[in-house]
Amino acid sequence: MTPAQTIKANLTELSRQRANRRKWVLYAALLLVALIAPFLAYPVFLMKILCFALFACAFNLLLGYAGLLSFGHAAFLATGGYYTGYVISQNSVTPEVGILIGTFAATVLGTFMGVLSIRRQGIYFAMITLALAQMVFFFYLQADFTGGEDGMHGIDRGHLFGLIDLSNNLSMYYFVLAVFLFGFLVIQRTIHSPFGQVLKAIRENEARATSLGYNTDAYKLVAFVLSAALAGLAGSTKTVVFQLASLTDAHWHMSGEVVLMTLVGGVGTLFGPLVGAAFVVTVEHQLSQSALGDWVNVILGLIFVICVLTFRAGIVGEIQKFMKSNFK
Amino acid sequence: MTMIFGVPAAAFYGQLLLGLINGAFYALLSLGLAIIFGLLKIINFAHGAQYMLGAFAAWLLLNMLGINYWTALFLAPLIVGATGVLVERFLLRRIAHIDHIYGLLLTFGLALIIQGVFTNWFGVSGNRYAVPEALRGGMNLGFMFLPYYRAWVVVIALAVCFGVWFMIEKTKLGGYLRAGTENPALMQAFGINVPLLVTLTYGFGVALAAFAGVLAAPIYSVAPGMGANLLIVVFAVVVIGGMGSIMGAILTGLAMGIIEGLTKVYYPEASNTVIFLVMIFVLLFRPSGLFGKEA
Repeated sequence: MTPAQTIKANLTELSRQRANRRKWVLYAALLLVALIAPFLAYPVFLMKILCFALFACAFNLLLGYAGLLSFGHAAFLATGGYYTGYVISQNSVTPEVGILIGTFAATVLGTFMGVLSIRRQGIYFAMITLALAQMVFFFYLQADFTGGEDGMHGIDRGHLFGLIDLSNNLSMYYFVLAVFLFGFLVIQRTIHSPFGQVLKAIRENEARATSLGYNTDAYKLVAFVLSAALAGLAGSTKTVVFQLASLTDAHWHMSGEVVLMTLVGGVGTLFGPLVGAAFVVTVEHQLSQSALGDWVNVILGLIFVICVLTFRAGIVGEIQKFMKSNFK
Repeated sequence: MTMIFGVPAAAFYGQLLLGLINGAFYALLSLGLAIIFGLLKIINFAHGAQYMLGAFAAWLLLNMLGINYWTALFLAPLIVGATGVLVERFLLRRIAHIDHIYGLLLTFGLALIIQGVFTNWFGVSGNRYAVPEALRGGMNLGFMFLPYYRAWVVVIALAVCFGVWFMIEKTKLGGYLRAGTENPALMQAFGINVPLLVTLTYGFGVALAAFAGVLAAPIYSVAPGMGANLLIVVFAVVVIGGMGSIMGAILTGLAMGIIEGLTKVYYPEASNTVIFLVMIFVLLFRPSGLFGKEA
């Protein structure tokens, strides 16, 4: 290497290290905020944000990194919720066992829906997932164990591992935070793994990925199942927090909401879904308490349209673009 | 009483007719979706809302301006189609050059807005729209009672479907449309105003949805949510048929309506889901759809 090249290499290495350090400082600061948040804001509200954030992160794994727009993710959220609620109230299992069973149920459903829907691409994929989720909705509407239109109520939060009383909002919050962090780390690791790189390749050019010898269907299926499992985990946790499971979670409207959260926050960014979920949940919460309460859907629709027309990168995506062009 | 496979004949034919009517609606709506998809490459998520707009337009024309059913049958699709033209010109065109997934998301947002506004204005519960006088009553066919209005819906919906098929497959304008589906850039080079064609195509697809809405108004109640669940079933129909063929969309729509009607007779619990089940079987054994060419 010539001296000039060495200097250049060292500089690149230095800026890479600096970026890395900045990233860890950011992570640490966020974690700190999450840890003290329940002392500053209402914990139940924060838990709602975390559950939906995990849901949106799971959805983003599929849309942002595999390029698959699912319009049926409500089915996994609801499945996780219903099965968790059922085993907790019928078999009085501890919450963590209930959540595991709910997540498992969503994973099974995800495998089934994934096998069917990855047989078509693009717009057809969206329509198939939507139709399959509608079928799941009708199943829960008619099944006995879900309580039909009434849903399940009064599910006991219980004691975590039989030890920690979750009826205390603060302990419940830290448990939900732990679940969220677990899901978030799984997604973070997946995205940065060789597996995640292949997913991105499929998103960019599926035909080329196939010609390079990758079994793209298998990759898409694994991504779909993983996404479904994490969405189910979010639904299961949400059921424990709110002590109820209802048809609202299974409705196509919920599938649309998670699309909106991801879009607002930034498709294909790690933190986008978290920001988007916080934004949408807060907007809904504020609106429901104001005179505009009946206009929630209209306003969500407007946000959808405005996002698509002018703000496609989402909040986090736009910030990243801004940072890239101003602070290299 | 005559029985057909253990079911009273009257109930059997009654459900068959209802299935045929639903099938006619599926056919009209999936036809509109297929036409829009052909040229714009987007799935129009607002299709259900626009179907609802058609029904409401007819209802408002009657109750505000005293305009009767027959005029509304032309006027309502025209009005709603015009709003579709505006949507294409001012919203969809701006995102025509990017990933078509965004078109889907935009129309989904539109559907939320339209449905939300109408829910706030008119409430969730439906409004009745009276059957036009000329079509009240019915006749006894011996094996069943046939209400005139329902017979009219089936006949006119089929006539419109085949009219549209004829226009697309056999006329010069239809030729432009098919050429535009194949290769818009080349067609533009031949001096055809493709952007105008795209705008009018979207407007026409929307007008078809609104036409179905007017037809549906006297049968179902005119409610803001009437299109949303219907649209999801139509999506399943589109997946089953594949959007490659106009005739395929029509025939699949009719067939699915009839299958749904028969399920209501023999196993009512599954009547909500039978079309989705058919979709699953089609995906397993013929993933590109019954009439589809694309993967």
